[in-house]
Amino acid sequence: MLKIDIEKCIGCGECEEVCSFGAISVVDDKARVDEGSCTLCGTCVDTCPEGALSIEKEGGEELDLSSWKGVWVVSEIKNGLFSPVTFELLGKARELADDRDVPLTAILMGYGVRDKAEELISRGADRVIVVDSERLSNFIDDAYARVLAHLAKEEMPEIIIAGATATGRAFIPQVATILETGLTADCTGLEIDEESGQLLQTRPAFGGNLMATIICDTRRPQMATVRPHVLKALEPDTSRKGEIVNFEPPFELLESRIKVIESVTKEQEGPGLTDAEIVVTAGRGLEKKENLKLVEELARCLEGAVGATRAITDAGWIAHSHQVGQTGVTVAPKLYVACGVSGAIQHLVGMQGSEIIVAINKDKDAPIFDVATYGIVGDVKEILPILSKKICKERGLD
Amino acid sequence: MPENKVMNIVVCIKQVPDAESVKWDHKTGTLIRDGVKSVINPFDYHAIEAALTLKDELGAKVTAITMGPPQAEEAIREAMSMGVDEGVVVSDRAFAGSDTLATTYTLSKAIKRLGEVHAVFCGKQAIDGDTAQVGPGLAVRLGIPCVTYVSEMEVIDGGRGLRLKRMREDGFDVVEVDFPVLVTTLSTLNTPRVPSLKAKMRARKAKIPVWGASDIGADEKRIGLNGSPTKVHSTYIPKFEAKREFLEGSPEDQVDALITRLKEAGVI
Repeated sequence: MLKIDIEKCIGCGECEEVCSFGAISVVDDKARVDEGSCTLCGTCVDTCPEGALSIEKEGGEELDLSSWKGVWVVSEIKNGLFSPVTFELLGKARELADDRDVPLTAILMGYGVRDKAEELISRGADRVIVVDSERLSNFIDDAYARVLAHLAKEEMPEIIIAGATATGRAFIPQVATILETGLTADCTGLEIDEESGQLLQTRPAFGGNLMATIICDTRRPQMATVRPHVLKALEPDTSRKGEIVNFEPPFELLESRIKVIESVTKEQEGPGLTDAEIVVTAGRGLEKKENLKLVEELARCLEGAVGATRAITDAGWIAHSHQVGQTGVTVAPKLYVACGVSGAIQHLVGMQGSEIIVAINKDKDAPIFDVATYGIVGDVKEILPILSKKICKERGLD
Repeated sequence: MPENKVMNIVVCIKQVPDAESVKWDHKTGTLIRDGVKSVINPFDYHAIEAALTLKDELGAKVTAITMGPPQAEEAIREAMSMGVDEGVVVSDRAFAGSDTLATTYTLSKAIKRLGEVHAVFCGKQAIDGDTAQVGPGLAVRLGIPCVTYVSEMEVIDGGRGLRLKRMREDGFDVVEVDFPVLVTTLSTLNTPRVPSLKAKMRARKAKIPVWGASDIGADEKRIGLNGSPTKVHSTYIPKFEAKREFLEGSPEDQVDALITRLKEAGVI
């Protein structure tokens, strides 16, 4: 429970302000907690200038954590190619492993994937464990989960990270449950405490209004899924050397009642949103669905992808797959053009990593300008046709 | 499905702050609490509808289960007004501070108390935590397969199992699985039904049991804060600092200035 040291409490009310659950009130210059509302999230503990607040954890079992060593990255292959997030994870994991002075292992699961192992080494892995089986040719949640959990029990890594993709978010929670350890979803940042080996896992909370750093200090491995496009991959270095280990999984790990009847990969028209170097995003400032074509035209001239805010996808102007932001996709292109986007925090967390951000908005106080490189205060409906025309001309397009 | 046996379906729901009514003060990074309502997590309506669709087709008893404060009873009543037969609130001070690992343990203990279960439905994620971890973790604890992000569902072999379309970023899989199974639902799966007057009346009068830690036989080391390996280390308000340059002049001038800069940067 949340304990308040009445001696230390000065009644400043900062805890009351930061509590998102309305669980703290200052009465007679002392903080009081309503245990019915308190969720023990810990935000107030960090906020208190006097250190008067603490959360007591009773008699949790302390395990010996020192026997868990090494950093693991779970790779992901789609249509014979690694997902970009795999290389991004390896880039960060390389740093973590160096900080801890431990090896970095990549896990490669699938069918006919053995010859891909070298590529993981060129991107930073010291060692690759290959699990190649016909039964892993399609993604099957429980089979993948059991194989990974089995390996983790055998080898005892201290950290396992995977992409926060549809497959990663489906089977990694199963692995964490089998291993009875903590898992942080959809992280946007990872750092390590070199001494303790504690992984500081940062993720947006409350729709991105708050960033929370999560730790798992009593159990191992420490596990996290990480959003694509937030970490930086290393350039491939084919001179890197590493060890490749094959693991033949016993049949019982691969058994599943789930049968994949069909697996369909969609042909993409134009560059995919998450991989595009240029993204042009439509916001509510366009006012009417008919005006969406102004954004599509600019995207065509720039040979970029079309993004949209949640308001636009919710209104059905364009498919949800185009949504950029906390509940959509994260993008980090070279150029991001926000057209009539006000810049709700949920949107900003999904595009702030872009190299150059151009914002066009009528309201000069719109939060989108806080993240912009270049701002144009004006009506998107007027600016966009001029911009498209000039860019097309510049690039020799029609 | 064996004959002469009632099919048991469980739907897991969560009460969350209504995203529409939640406002943030970005200067201080605090939630403006006035008038914040609690609602059923939006994705969970689709889980409820999926359970009811299955009930309509195969005949079944549908039980809604929620873990939360006692007032989460409201969520159960709302689910019952849509046609869910029974509901349980899993609530105990000892559950406070649960992360997803402790939550899946607690929910699994409660579901096991309901007896043999043939299908469990969960929304793909809750909009307050956005973890999407409880569904898959719960399936492990119940020892049943889990199919996530489902956008189409069809009963196969006269009720032996389900054919499910599961979405990925770049496409989809169609899978078949026999009962028992746990499914997490996307909003594209179905359109949740409107409560009927009759069901509303019944829901209002229904007695909703509240199960605490001892009722479900939970191990105190595995629930609440004690059973939660993850904890919040620190929090901060995201700050966005850009060396922003406003481009001045007429729309033509602004566009020209922008093009000059983009050319200099080598992006066009």
